Amino acid sequence: TLKLIYTTATVQRKNVGASGPEKYTEAFIKKQIEEFNLGKRHLANMMGEDPETFTQEDIDRAIAYLFPSGLFDKQARPMMKHPTQIFPEQRKIQWGEDGRPFHFLFYTGKQSYYALMHETYEKLLDVQKNQDQLTAQDLPPQKEKRNLAGSRWLTKIELEEMLLEKLSDDDYSRFIQLLQKLVTLPCCDITEKYIQKFSKEVPAQLQKVVIEPLKYDEQGVAFSTGEGTRKTARATAVVYDNGTGKITVNGIDVLHYFPVLQDREQLLFPFQFLDRVGKHDMVCTVSGGGRSAQAGAIRLASAKALRSFVTEKEVEFMRQAGLLTYDPRVKERKKPGQEGARRKFTWKKR
Amino acid sequence: DDKLLSEPLSHPDFFNVKELFSLKDLFDARVHLGHKKGCRHRFMEPYIFGCRLDQDIIDLDQTMQHLQLALNFTAHIAYRKGIILFISRKRQFCHLVESTARECGEYAHTRYWQGGLLTNAHIQFGSGVRLPDLLIFLSSLNNVFEPHVAIRDAAKMNIPTVGVVDTNCNPCLITYPIPGNDDSPTAMELYCKLFRMTIIRAKDKRRQNEAFDELR
Repeated sequence: TLKLIYTTATVQRKNVGASGPEKYTEAFIKKQIEEFNLGKRHLANMMGEDPETFTQEDIDRAIAYLFPSGLFDKQARPMMKHPTQIFPEQRKIQWGEDGRPFHFLFYTGKQSYYALMHETYEKLLDVQKNQDQLTAQDLPPQKEKRNLAGSRWLTKIELEEMLLEKLSDDDYSRFIQLLQKLVTLPCCDITEKYIQKFSKEVPAQLQKVVIEPLKYDEQGVAFSTGEGTRKTARATAVVYDNGTGKITVNGIDVLHYFPVLQDREQLLFPFQFLDRVGKHDMVCTVSGGGRSAQAGAIRLASAKALRSFVTEKEVEFMRQAGLLTYDPRVKERKKPGQEGARRKFTWKKR
Repeated sequence: DDKLLSEPLSHPDFFNVKELFSLKDLFDARVHLGHKKGCRHRFMEPYIFGCRLDQDIIDLDQTMQHLQLALNFTAHIAYRKGIILFISRKRQFCHLVESTARECGEYAHTRYWQGGLLTNAHIQFGSGVRLPDLLIFLSSLNNVFEPHVAIRDAAKMNIPTVGVVDTNCNPCLITYPIPGNDDSPTAMELYCKLFRMTIIRAKDKRRQNEAFDELR
């Protein structure tokens, strides 16, 4: 018998649940479940633990211990899971002993999908009837606005999993259009529950960047910290108020640490941009990277620290100037068949 | 068991379907209204009573006879526990037809007809599938105003058909045609009501007869 190994979601998923008649009979799955339970007890005995209270996590740990594997893909390593998780859900035989199918839309081919459309359309008709009744009784129609911003509809793959049937793109888009039409009408509680089955919450991804307030040290001088990275360099900067423009890096003065003018210009850029060149003191620590990378890291860290001292408008100006953006450029890898990342070997005509 | 099945066949109208409808009901439900003269199909001419202001009027006396034969036939099929499949490609009445089928305990197909549903059933559904024993067409044309593919497929697979044929339809391959309007909502609701009542009556009769047999 052909055993389907569980594949990752990124790989083209063959919807086994929908493709034609059963590949795994019920008897086969029952036998697999019995074998699994037996194997679980053997494994518990081997590990010296109680077979009765042997959970799935214990099984995973035991397998990882007995069969260590250096493979990168977690799904490729040896695993022992319950057969219902390995063999995907199948559709059983659709008709009874006398030959009559169970579902009233069996002869359409896509029974679950069409049943879903039928049910949704019925809900639509109910809502319309409700509205008509309310207008007949001269009551104002209910106006409830559903918050559509925080939710999304199910994707095609999720719907296929729910129905255990293959859908085409047209079918899916039709269903979504019907749902959207249902949503636009002033719906009552009944339809809310029904719609919730097909919508998912989307957590707000945009997080408003919180500018930390100023902290005050022992002498009452305001300061703030910022962190920055560039290539492999990591830097933390502490910017003090009421200063003379002194900058210390890793305990060493900036002129000694960065002999090159270009690096010191990079450090001064945020202060120059905000016209606060001689007003702040800075103490920073930096590690990793090279000369230029460390300079860039400290620049980002100091810009982040300066956000606390400055109005929101100026923060926006800084952001537009590119002072607050992390520089994602890193060294590109060398490819085989080429001399470098981009440089190709010399091309000879003959 | 033999007597159970052969007894209804001896009577011409065992299930008394005549009482379910009258000429006035058909007229009130506007079953006699056909399409315009230009849409007329040649084979529908015997069923047309006349033409008024370019609109064809269907002969309701003939409709009564055909409807009685068709309802009697469906009742017999339902009595012998056959599978009945309702087909209609009219989008307005799709929901109505599906709900009627569900209430009867029978099956419906009001969606796009995939080519090999009847002829290629063993590959599409799986081996051992049972095909419908009767197809009821509540509108025998599809969305492009051509005869529905299922009429031809049923004829190929030796499945009897009952169908409501309008003035622009081809009644040839349908075993029990019912000349009548298939576009008005009132007419469709009447047909659904009639088929539902006949099927439920036939099934109840069957259950009664089986209960009687068991008691003896």
